[in-house]
Amino acid sequence: MGRFIILRVGRALITIALVVTFAFIVLRLSGDPAQNILGPEAPPEVLAAFRRAWGLDDPIWLQYLHYFGAIAQGELGRSMRDGRSAIEIVAERIPITLALTVPALVLKLGIGIPAGVYAALHRGSLTDRIVMIASVAGFTIPSFVLGLTLVLVFAVQLGWLPSGGQDSWRHAILPILTLGIGGAAILARFTRSAMLEVLGQPFIRAASAKGVPWRDVITRHALPNAAIPTVTIIGFMVGTLIAGAVVVESVFSWPGVGRLLVVAVANRDLAVVQCILLLVAATMVISNLIVDFLYGFLDPRLRSAKGHKAAGGQP
Amino acid sequence: MSDRESHFVALDDLTVSFDGVRVLHGINLTVSRGEALGLVGESGSGKSVTWLAALGLLPGKARIGGSASLEGVELVGASPSTLDRVRGGRIAMISQDPASALNPVISIGKQIGEALALHRGLSGTAGRAETLRLLDLVGIPDAARRVHAYPHEFSGGQNQRVMIAMALAGQPDLLVADEPTTALDVTIQAQILDLIRTIRRELGMALVLISHDLGVIAETCDRVAVMYAGRIVEEGTTGALFDDPRHPYAQGLLGSLPPLSGPRRRLVSIPGVVPDPRLLPAGCAFAPRCAKRMPACDSAVPSLAVTWPGHRVACFLEDAVGQERTRSEGVAA
Repeated sequence: MGRFIILRVGRALITIALVVTFAFIVLRLSGDPAQNILGPEAPPEVLAAFRRAWGLDDPIWLQYLHYFGAIAQGELGRSMRDGRSAIEIVAERIPITLALTVPALVLKLGIGIPAGVYAALHRGSLTDRIVMIASVAGFTIPSFVLGLTLVLVFAVQLGWLPSGGQDSWRHAILPILTLGIGGAAILARFTRSAMLEVLGQPFIRAASAKGVPWRDVITRHALPNAAIPTVTIIGFMVGTLIAGAVVVESVFSWPGVGRLLVVAVANRDLAVVQCILLLVAATMVISNLIVDFLYGFLDPRLRSAKGHKAAGGQP
Repeated sequence: MSDRESHFVALDDLTVSFDGVRVLHGINLTVSRGEALGLVGESGSGKSVTWLAALGLLPGKARIGGSASLEGVELVGASPSTLDRVRGGRIAMISQDPASALNPVISIGKQIGEALALHRGLSGTAGRAETLRLLDLVGIPDAARRVHAYPHEFSGGQNQRVMIAMALAGQPDLLVADEPTTALDVTIQAQILDLIRTIRRELGMALVLISHDLGVIAETCDRVAVMYAGRIVEEGTTGALFDDPRHPYAQGLLGSLPPLSGPRRRLVSIPGVVPDPRLLPAGCAFAPRCAKRMPACDSAVPSLAVTWPGHRVACFLEDAVGQERTRSEGVAA
């Protein structure tokens, strides 16, 4: 088990290092930050001084080493715009984004899982077909189209809800719906197929043959088995809690991490962009780690496979 | 009908269709208390479907007709609560592949405990003690420790022992064992069959043993029914059927076995395969493979008729032979 944890954490760190490197390369290739921040009319000596001050005239590999060293020490740099610490700037946006993504996640789970289970149990019924059509629609419609459609209906036509901004809880409803509907659709589909797979297994019929009432066959025998593949998707959704709302935040002018990312990219504010990418990579990696451990909890077969690996790993 | 009251289980013209294709063509069969009945036939002959249909365990698209009654209580179309009490409590089933019939994410102790709670109201300490006793009974060593283990931590033979323990948990009057040893190693097969025989003797439980292993049936069962293409073609006591099989298919099945005593002879195989249930011939389903085929075989399906008391055969050949037999017996007397 100890070996398993070390392996997984090591892999997680490598993933984060790759993301950091990728971010560094892309951002350095995509234009001159000095020019961008100081404007096209800035005199050459001002540009040179700016580059010197931020270390932008060093050879690229030296910049990379500096940058990596700083990150290893927990120093993510300062915004080139206002000189504030990038971590501070990003951190104050996190709760604003979570105010959208956490309720959206609840919505995804609350609609997606029951809809998928119901559709699987009533396979081929009218409800099943409606759920499946709705779920295809739900995850093929891009979130900005869905967001704008909701605005058109509920803000413009009906005038029930505001179309953008962050002044009250009513402003959060449409972005939460936009985020939640797509996720619920994906989850419904995955839950349905996981459930159908499990319902076809011989142990389901064996449980019935034992006299277990159908309702308990579903809750005690089928659901715990269907949860195993479904957890993968939920883990992925948890991983997008912080940065999964870039488009929706832009559509609804919601000043969260996603909006900050768009603005920072446009401004070539390298420290902020890198800080967000690191944060995104870290949440993804951590949620994957949690999913791995959950697998072990849900599936005793994996639990003992890990034990075997740990025990058998010694030469 | 007197069968319904006097027998523990009575199947009366039981039929099953999937998507309009009939796979079971009217099964008449009874099981008495404490009796061991063998069901033989090739794969797809309807042996398992018969019992799954009787217990309402077929998928929703299956159409079931006729009657299956337990002590006079109808099971076909019975309410879920009636069926849940019968399943496991009166009639328990064990299946071919024990590894996949046990839930992989629930410990075996909990799976046995579930049946104890459902049918005997045992839970907590009493349930735990009874679980250990059952595991002991079916020969799981070190039950106190193994009770927390999961199915994947057991061998195939041990899983079948666990399945048997689970089946016994509800104290059923009838155990339907659907090819209980097919997936197991030969050495383990004998152990499991011994276990089933011992338990049956001790508990006085009736047994329906579904198998295509005639040797196993001969050793275990009092009575045998031979099935072919969704029908019973011959039924009788084990002794009579093995000594003097009447139906050409039963003769073929026995001919493909090496004799245990007497001179060595060439083993005979039955040519051809079991017909597709969608493409059954108009007459006797076995006619295309039958060496003794007559014109009558292609025009109508022979019905299962009593040849002599306790023995039934579905073959046109039998009508002629039967009359002759009666005559010769009359002469001898």
